[in-house]
Amino acid sequence: MGVEVRVEGLTKSFGGHPVWADVSLTLPTGEISVLLGPSGTGKSVFLKTLIGLLKPDRGSIWISDRDLPRLSERDLYEVRRLFGVLFQDGALFGSMTLYDNVAFPLREHTRKSESEIRSIVSEKLEMVGLTGAEKKLPGEISGGMRKRAGLARALVLDPEIILFDEPDSGLDPVRTAYLNQLIVDLNQQTDATFLIVTHDINTARTVPDNIGLLYHRHLAMFGPREMLLSSEEPVVRQFLNAQRVGPIGMAEEKDADELEAEAAAGVELPPLPPIPPQLPPSNGLPRRAQRPAGQWCRENGVVPPPGSFETNMPSTGRHSVENTHELPVVAS
Amino acid sequence: MSVGPPANPEVARKHRGGPVVGYATEGLRIYGNFFAFCLDALRGLFRRPFQVREFIQQAWFISSVSILPAALVSIPFGAVIALQLGSLTRQIGAQSFTGAASVIAIVREAGPIVTALIVAGAAGSAICADLGARKIREELDAMEVLGIDPIHRLVAPRVVASMLIAVLLNGLVNVVGVAGGYTFNVMMQGGTPGAYLASFQALGQLPDLIAGEVKALLFGAIAAIVASYKGMTAKGGPKGVGDAVNQSVVITFMLLFAVNFVVTAIYFQVVPQKGS
Repeated sequence: MGVEVRVEGLTKSFGGHPVWADVSLTLPTGEISVLLGPSGTGKSVFLKTLIGLLKPDRGSIWISDRDLPRLSERDLYEVRRLFGVLFQDGALFGSMTLYDNVAFPLREHTRKSESEIRSIVSEKLEMVGLTGAEKKLPGEISGGMRKRAGLARALVLDPEIILFDEPDSGLDPVRTAYLNQLIVDLNQQTDATFLIVTHDINTARTVPDNIGLLYHRHLAMFGPREMLLSSEEPVVRQFLNAQRVGPIGMAEEKDADELEAEAAAGVELPPLPPIPPQLPPSNGLPRRAQRPAGQWCRENGVVPPPGSFETNMPSTGRHSVENTHELPVVAS
Repeated sequence: MSVGPPANPEVARKHRGGPVVGYATEGLRIYGNFFAFCLDALRGLFRRPFQVREFIQQAWFISSVSILPAALVSIPFGAVIALQLGSLTRQIGAQSFTGAASVIAIVREAGPIVTALIVAGAAGSAICADLGARKIREELDAMEVLGIDPIHRLVAPRVVASMLIAVLLNGLVNVVGVAGGYTFNVMMQGGTPGAYLASFQALGQLPDLIAGEVKALLFGAIAAIVASYKGMTAKGGPKGVGDAVNQSVVITFMLLFAVNFVVTAIYFQVVPQKGS
């Protein structure tokens, strides 16, 4: 069962420049959350702060009853065992084979016999589709394989909270789709709390239960997927629909003049695209944290854009339900 | 720890107490971080379980990169001392003391200095590059997240390995250097083999060798700690690793020569010298 992560008033700065300030959000138990943001808004910094690799200037990170930034080093190592982290490039140990990499946490933290370790490792490697690559060194395999091996290593201690640092960067669309499916399936099997940091909107639109958006040194919005996808808030709307019109500019946020000029020119925002259906687990059974499509919209009296929640929508074709049942990653 | 301006000049300039105080505090912060790291590394040395496998691998690696250069450097070193002393001792009619002077120069000074150069240049740069590459590939972060302290796991075994190899290397340098001096003196300068060997005890004494080994031990520790620190704080991609290696070698050289002076001064105060 997952653990809730409650972030309160978190502020971090580097050399006097704030990265983001007063970020408060709750990652609900067992749900998948996505943290979005333009490049350079400190998404990875947020993730590293969340696991205590960086100390925030202010604020708290509550994991059950422990406040992570104020823990002693010993307690911090204790709490970190609840976490599994997939780093951007997998962060595998270059001197070890994939097998040893995945076995590493087990050898360090458990008293399991080598045969038990073997069975756990091969189970995890099979889950990420890397059976047969045990003897390879990280330098000998592709970026996608490194990422999947990193995921296997992150999963090996059965973590309660799993963090993904840009799982889709540097992967082709097909592998991204497989990885997204794997994430959803993992959530179904483990009920752990997931946080995905990314700037791939396709992932953000179809995978999570909750979306957060970091922008201009603060958290612009955090809430259920349908809330953000049906939001008229300019920043959220611009980012989630990958449009040029809106407050986010090429370099940084646009200034007032530019926005005025845009308004004066009568540039009209295109209508919100329909909300795609959420990516279901590949065995067809619902996840524990899953909510019925359109529930949030109904409860809050929001009319979703026309065409929402219809399966096999052309705009998100690569995640359509039809493609999912022959995936080799099914573990259960 | 760094040569040059503080890590963050902008913060220093904007400091509440003005830029002077800002530069001072920002500069001190770097040294504070380094000392904190040293303490962590020292504590790591005594934490159980000691990483025996990593230690053996590192000791093997350090010796494999340093034995040959150390031997090759110490042969000419011994020869140069013999060359310098040869003509001088002949002029004052003290040829039979060439051996004594040669031994004392090599065992007391040249040995530890050559060891320091090789340990800092070969072993230190390799350690720094290795840890720096791991740092920017996020391997060290991953290790911490997996609940393992990289200082205990990676730095402590490297420091111990570097200390051990430095001590052994110092012995090697002494032997090869004295042999080089002997060969040069006997073959090229027409010195007498017997006189060269017999005068060994004239100036030198056993504490000289012990002092040399203590120096080597310290040099090994300093080189490994500085290299590890620079490696583990590398940032800014591959270029950052290159910069870290460069700085680590420069800083280690400077530190080693300073420490060498201090230890030598203490040694002369503590241990009575022959003929005094």
